[in-house]
Amino acid sequence: MNPVRTLATAGRVLRQLSHDPRSIALMLVAPSLLVGLFAWLFSEREGVFDTFGGPILALFPFIVMFLITSVTTLRERRSGTLERLMTTPLGKADFIVGYALAFGLMATLQAVVTVWFAVVVCGLQVEGPLWQLGLVAVIDAILGTAMGLLASAFARTEFQAVQFMPLLVFPQIILGGLFMPRDEMPDVLYAVSTVLPLSYAVDAINAVTAGDAGSDLWRPIVIVVAFALGFLVLAPFTLRRRTR
Amino acid sequence: MTAAVKVQGLVVRRGRTTVFDGLDVEIPRGRITGLLGPSGGGKTTLMRTIVGVQIVAGGTVTVLGEPAGAPALRHRVAYATQGASVYDDLTVEQNLRYAARLLGVPASDVPRVMADVDLTSQRAQLAGALSGGQRSRVSLGVAMLGAPDLLVLDEPTVGLDPVLRQSLWGIFRRLADAGAALVVSSHVMDEAMRCDDVVLIHDGRMLAHTTPQGLLETTGARDADAAFLALIDRASAA
Repeated sequence: MNPVRTLATAGRVLRQLSHDPRSIALMLVAPSLLVGLFAWLFSEREGVFDTFGGPILALFPFIVMFLITSVTTLRERRSGTLERLMTTPLGKADFIVGYALAFGLMATLQAVVTVWFAVVVCGLQVEGPLWQLGLVAVIDAILGTAMGLLASAFARTEFQAVQFMPLLVFPQIILGGLFMPRDEMPDVLYAVSTVLPLSYAVDAINAVTAGDAGSDLWRPIVIVVAFALGFLVLAPFTLRRRTR
Repeated sequence: MTAAVKVQGLVVRRGRTTVFDGLDVEIPRGRITGLLGPSGGGKTTLMRTIVGVQIVAGGTVTVLGEPAGAPALRHRVAYATQGASVYDDLTVEQNLRYAARLLGVPASDVPRVMADVDLTSQRAQLAGALSGGQRSRVSLGVAMLGAPDLLVLDEPTVGLDPVLRQSLWGIFRRLADAGAALVVSSHVMDEAMRCDDVVLIHDGRMLAHTTPQGLLETTGARDADAAFLALIDRASAA
């Protein structure tokens, strides 16, 4: 890996984004709007938003960053720019980490905006410190970024990339503990849920909102980070210098 | 001096079709080699092979003394793909600056290249907002950054007006005179006359490797178009 070329790539991706203010606005505001909608929906029912608001906070940044990252990197694969990059000294890991840095930064901004909106505007009650909620939201968004980078390798068109949502993301939402506590699920589904990263993202958020500390909080965080790093380590192997 | 590119017994298959079945060709340094022939004949595949992005089923491809695609070549070989491979959501200058940083070329080279491809006044425009010809010049500019020893340019002058074509061929000539090897593909036969050597490729086979003058003499044709048609006729008759 080469830091100059990695940072050059991250800067280039951010510069591309800067020419697209509408996308930036969508990225930063869309999760807040969804959280707001959710809060409004349950505004007449005491305590429901406090129960589900946290997991929702884990979900939306994850989904939005997954989509944005997979479509953007796929566009690079399809436009011929990736093939050209593969003839330059740019390393495959430089490429992946450059993207991860750029979108990680966007993910961080998005998480800060969303957490602020959920707590200050929508009145989400959190037992733990706010920075922990922010941290977990950032990590979840980065998990989405890392998964999107990896997933884009298995799609040939943007259309296919979007189809990965129901395949890769929805099952994680259904089994992540949002609809039913994971330990009440049928055994097989519980076993499946233990290997899905989003389950731990939801665990971590629930730990923060419940004010847990120690291993109840840090264990799921470490697992989510490990998944994100694992995806980032695998992603360069999906890039090919030579193609047919 | 050894050849810049030496292709021996090249076999390339794409799916069920065999693009090349034992192609041999050498490309010298300090000269402009035109790669000519109808589209679909294998020009782009040969160029992709030379820059090392094509999966090869057999044969050897040596570029500047190294196997094609070797890491050491990534600083020395420049490649401009047929469709302009540039970022539409970056400006002309940002596209070139990014490429310069990847290649380790000083940023001062960027204005020089922008002037060469006549895009200085469009420097702050997004590549996506440019005309087709201007976009492909951004792509060409990326290939001209630094001082590559081999430039592989796939249809670099397609869709450009005569004045600009003239000036780009002037730049190609200057690069060749400075010792670089250039491989330039085109399906416009009259561009053959601007090259030092021409390689005619049709249906995965090399029909001729000669000079533009030699091409006309061996076929007795008056222009490159007629010469090429004569060679294809001969090849399909044989």
